[in-house]
Amino acid sequence: MKANVWMGRNRLEIQDVPDPQILNARDAIVRVTSTAICGSDLHLVDGYIPTVKKGDVLGHEFMGEVVEVGSGVRDLHVGDRVVVPFPIACGACFACEEGLYSVCENSNPNAGIAEKLMGHAPAGIFGYSHMLGGFPGGQAEYVRVPFADVGPIKVEDDLPDEKVLFLSDIFPTGFMGAEMCDIKPGQTIAIWGAGPVGQFAAASAFLLGADRVIVIDRFPYRLRRVQRTGAEVLNYEEVNVLDALRDMTGGRGPDACIDAVGMEAHHPTPAIYAYDRTKQAARLETERPYVLREAIMACRNGGVVSVIGVYGGFVDKFPMGTVMNRSLTIRTGQCHVQRYTEPLLQRIRGGEIDPSFVISHRMPLSEAPHAFELFKNKQDECNKVVLTP
Amino acid sequence: MTDKFVRALGWASLALGAVQLAAPRAVTRLCGVDDTPGATTVARLVGGRELLHAALLLGARNPARWAWTRVAGDTMDLGVLGKAAANRTGARRIRALAALGAVAGITALDVACARGGTAKARGPLQVRASIVINKPREEVYRFWRDLENLPSFMVHLDSVRAINQRRSRWKAKGPIVDLEWEAEIIEDRAGDLIAWRSVPGVGVSTDGLVGFTDGPGGRGTVVDVSLEYGAPGRKLAAAVARMFGEHPEQQVRDDLRRLKQVMETGEVVRSEGSPEGHRALRQLRQRPAQPIGGRA
Repeated sequence: MKANVWMGRNRLEIQDVPDPQILNARDAIVRVTSTAICGSDLHLVDGYIPTVKKGDVLGHEFMGEVVEVGSGVRDLHVGDRVVVPFPIACGACFACEEGLYSVCENSNPNAGIAEKLMGHAPAGIFGYSHMLGGFPGGQAEYVRVPFADVGPIKVEDDLPDEKVLFLSDIFPTGFMGAEMCDIKPGQTIAIWGAGPVGQFAAASAFLLGADRVIVIDRFPYRLRRVQRTGAEVLNYEEVNVLDALRDMTGGRGPDACIDAVGMEAHHPTPAIYAYDRTKQAARLETERPYVLREAIMACRNGGVVSVIGVYGGFVDKFPMGTVMNRSLTIRTGQCHVQRYTEPLLQRIRGGEIDPSFVISHRMPLSEAPHAFELFKNKQDECNKVVLTP
Repeated sequence: MTDKFVRALGWASLALGAVQLAAPRAVTRLCGVDDTPGATTVARLVGGRELLHAALLLGARNPARWAWTRVAGDTMDLGVLGKAAANRTGARRIRALAALGAVAGITALDVACARGGTAKARGPLQVRASIVINKPREEVYRFWRDLENLPSFMVHLDSVRAINQRRSRWKAKGPIVDLEWEAEIIEDRAGDLIAWRSVPGVGVSTDGLVGFTDGPGGRGTVVDVSLEYGAPGRKLAAAVARMFGEHPEQQVRDDLRRLKQVMETGEVVRSEGSPEGHRALRQLRQRPAQPIGGRA
């Protein structure tokens, strides 16, 4: 089959690889009908996530049709149409019972590697490094899906792929980012990053009752897109974000701040950008944490900083003093997608939201490397690419 | 005891080094080499080296192994003094021989001390590990008590066959030859613990104890395993572990992860990067995360 394969930093190739086969009784094989490129894939391509290996198949946002099931799969059958959550979860451990699917205790066969880096191991994730399991991803014609009767959600044919595909990651991720803010009526939420996850976070904040949403980015086309959700926008290359947010909230600061950017943020001041960029290039720190620092500084006293942008390792110059002295709460996590698929599918079915609003490009899987270029370099107003095998 | 002795050697180095640096001429006279130009320079250099020994022996948290640096220095001194004695006659030769004898005595002390500090600890090799499994105590106990289940998560075991209620026959894949031994259960408290040991005289000596207690808040079961490899088994275990590239402690931890997967999900979880499931050795040499192909 054809698959998008990581061959080194900034090197992707469409290659012929073997078809997947059942390895565990509770596996299913899914023929991919739609898959997408995620902003977090760029961290892999740029080489900032440790333990990615030459030959790894990328992709963790995908859906398709079940073509084979293992002997232990109970309520999934050949022919079922499914959207597959990006974290792999067994459904039976302590974490899964608590709804903490992205830290499933059983789905990562390389837990030992992750423990050395992180203390304890999170769940396995499709196509997202070996310390997160060493599972091939969904930018391929077929994928093996472990615990097939736990994660995948069945979807009837009446909803097209483009409306439900993003249940695999970015819609639930944006939604969880907003949910972690504990939004109350009248509140103002600031979101860093107007990419697809930021756009979903903005839409979700309104769904959850936010009064105002302010989104910060530097790409006018992305800011225009997020304005469609009803959000106000700030271009950080034009204004001082901390001053602007203070002005817009009567000096108090946003009630909650969402970091939808993560480890490869940019900074308008060249010297400051150069400082962290150099350290990152020399692998002295793994992150460029401008957004995290700024979100913490901006948040009102006692507010919540919700982090859904991906971080991989260690952050320098972390303003812990302001977190502590101003009673801030930091909430974060890889999205526990399985918790949100059913309720969010209902919201889609009910017409509350049509997630396809983020799509800017539709391309064949064979053009995946080119699509990554467009997406990474923000060419052609690229916002979200859907690939079809 | 050894440590105190090593520290004493450190102080001796310090004193000797100080004397050699402060009064090199006296030292060369004492050794009978004051007739050679440059001998005082050598004495000063040796004095500097002695200070280095002193720093290592007095400064290190675990000084015994640094006594080997003194042994190396002694060897050098013996060589130099031996040559000096051979090339001299009369009173100078006698002084050089006396110095040689003194250094030989000190060398013996240093060797004894260094060996004492770096000898392997004796006694059996013990490993311990624990994990929480989200199943009731009774169920986890029953699974383990059926010893024939053990190979399903202990990858180094080939098979375990129960001979009767207490006795069982174990087979393990060895790197060169397969190993076989008999074990007997020596304590068995339903839902609480199982203890076993290998039957004496079968070549392999292992003891094992597994305890089952309620998990925090009454959720699940804490499984606590202690294994002990006796003298003959210990060497074997270490050799096997080396062949597999895995430390015995790591093996037990990995075994417990797989036990948890088997109990909670029904089988060992595999990925294309780690097709055998969780195993330390595989984590060092991952397959790429792409389908395996070939045989099913």
